[in-house]
Amino acid sequence: MTPSLDSYVMLSAALFAIGFLGVLIRRNTLVIYMCLELMLVAATLALVAFSRFNGTEDGDVFVFFILTVAAAEVAVGLAIIVALFRARQTVQVDQLDSLKH
Amino acid sequence: MEHLAFTCLSVFSLACALGVVLSKNAINGAMCLLLCLAGVAGLFVQLHAYLLAFVLVLVYAGAVVALFLFIIMLLDMQGGRTWKFRGLNAAAGFVAALLLITGLNLLAVRGHLEAGPPIGNSVGSSLKFYSYQLFTTYLLPVQIIGFLLLIAMLGVIVLSRRAPQPEDAK
Repeated sequence: MTPSLDSYVMLSAALFAIGFLGVLIRRNTLVIYMCLELMLVAATLALVAFSRFNGTEDGDVFVFFILTVAAAEVAVGLAIIVALFRARQTVQVDQLDSLKH
Repeated sequence: MEHLAFTCLSVFSLACALGVVLSKNAINGAMCLLLCLAGVAGLFVQLHAYLLAFVLVLVYAGAVVALFLFIIMLLDMQGGRTWKFRGLNAAAGFVAALLLITGLNLLAVRGHLEAGPPIGNSVGSSLKFYSYQLFTTYLLPVQIIGFLLLIAMLGVIVLSRRAPQPEDAK
């Protein structure tokens, strides 16, 4: 008895929602970034499940590209965060309010 | 048996994902992210995507989380005080996440996904298949992705160069 496609998609949606919640309620830029990664992983889980249950392989190949883009994104994003920390001595989003008013 | 493994892995992943969101210290959050990725890699193995599970552990757990930990150490953030509820913001966040969960739940319940059991023997484990696909059907995306990685590398080098300080200019 294998788990159905529905359960995989529900799990992926739950992971995505948790990551989204983290992006909304956390104030630390690094933790927000980790939650973004969580959302990406949730999307890849859904892709792999769909391609397994439909017998196609394109989803599996697409996950490769998602992983590559995620790696590039993390490198650039963390460099931006470090540059931001050098300029402002903080990574809390509520103190980074230069554009607010 | 497979169902039991799925339940265990999904509960583990969800718990660790909640740990990422709720942990006060950023280091603990990164560790929870690592465990969550391990759980998702286990789910990939269950879906017969063995190579993807391996790549996920290698790229995400090996490189991305290590990079996160490195940056956390570099920035030397004082943990502990980072997570606080701010009334309106937190309420809005919970309402939005709740709406997202309910919407997706309704979609999954009402719009029942038509899918039989997994079809045949998955080719997800075969490295030969991936390389064939990547060098025939997906040749252009592979080149574009390579170019993207090059641009990302250049961008990181430019960004992490120390900007000239005012006292240096004198």
